[in-house]
Amino acid sequence: MKVELRVNGQLREVDCSPWKRLLDALREDLRLTGTKEGCGEGECGACTVMLDGEVVNSCLVAVGQCAGRDVTTVEGLAHGDLLHAVQRELVACGGAQCGICTPGIAVCAAHVVDRGLATSRDKVRELLAGNICRCTGYQLIVDAVINAAKAK
Amino acid sequence: MTEYIRPRDLDEALDARAAHPDYMVLAGGTDLMVNANHKHAPAGIIDLWRLPGLGGIARDEAGLAIGAGATWLEVARDAAVTERWRPLAEAAREIGALQIQARATLGGNVGTSSPVGDSLPVLLAFDAELELASVRGRRRVPYREFCTGYRKTLLQPDELIACARLPSPDPQWTTRTTWRKVGTRRAQSISKVMGAAVIELDRDRVVRSARIALGAVADRPIRIAAAEQAVRGLPLADAAEAARAATRTAIAPIDDVRSTSAYRREVAGNVVAYFFSGIIS
Repeated sequence: MKVELRVNGQLREVDCSPWKRLLDALREDLRLTGTKEGCGEGECGACTVMLDGEVVNSCLVAVGQCAGRDVTTVEGLAHGDLLHAVQRELVACGGAQCGICTPGIAVCAAHVVDRGLATSRDKVRELLAGNICRCTGYQLIVDAVINAAKAK
Repeated sequence: MTEYIRPRDLDEALDARAAHPDYMVLAGGTDLMVNANHKHAPAGIIDLWRLPGLGGIARDEAGLAIGAGATWLEVARDAAVTERWRPLAEAAREIGALQIQARATLGGNVGTSSPVGDSLPVLLAFDAELELASVRGRRRVPYREFCTGYRKTLLQPDELIACARLPSPDPQWTTRTTWRKVGTRRAQSISKVMGAAVIELDRDRVVRSARIALGAVADRPIRIAAAEQAVRGLPLADAAEAARAATRTAIAPIDDVRSTSAYRREVAGNVVAYFFSGIIS
């Protein structure tokens, strides 16, 4: 099945089973390998992308469902060389270690910051609860999101 | 190759369902898509995600009607739900995390009918009614009759869940509603025990009636009739202990990877007691 969808602002087409996971269509068909697979069960958030402006686990979305819809991956957060505020702050604060969770964290945090939802540390922790990081202990990630929200 | 159908409205969806009862009915995919790459592909998909006419939350005199396609994020953010059907908003906020709440729907939770479906005890406690639709017409089923066994429901192969209706509390009584979930962590965890209650008090703070429902303690979400009977007519101050004792003997939970029977029995008693002891005004 041919599926036309908008990815990071560009119209793209994939030709595959509609049952294929959006995650796999992004990585294999569109070669956008920034989005990582963690658990494949919707628990860890590593594969987080935005679908029509909401954050979703791309491992739980069938690509057929994305026809005519809008997807933003970690590759779509920066404008050219200009990083999104959360990407800049994740670098500045050291909010990344092994890096597997980082693309999902960056996408979720960008959504949270752009929507003006990052109003307190507790709120950030609640909104990022679907993104598991086994390295950092979260403190530096929360620092980065709070700083990015202040910079907005 | 899996066939893919995206109906334009409910009528088209019902036609597709009648023509292809073997196709997977898919909305947010948060349950059906788990490990999808290791699963056998379905013969076809009927995609109900954002189907016009299937979403939305509407309030009228009789109560609240929540479209099967409404997501938990929409339920959690709805002013009417937060104001008068608060346990449903609280449950919605504890179903997975943001990524799950943005996709998971009421219809999915009801249709999957897992014994650990977080919204299901809330529907029981409010004595909700489901509206089921097919090309043969519509019918209403009390939610308490809908689950007939482990992941078994009254939904027929040509039917779709249209909406759930939650009646308004009777203004004649003081109604207290409550929700509690116990899991390994607040977000993302599958419940060990969870439940909801709708409690009517008279002017003297005597329990007039209570509907108490729990999940994860049986093969389906259940009302705890013994506890409901035990508290009827009791002063609120005595209700918590009576409800705890009745609950502990009424349920027979199982041991599994998430918890043990003994733990679930203990915690279920505590949760039900809290439904009453947590009422402070």
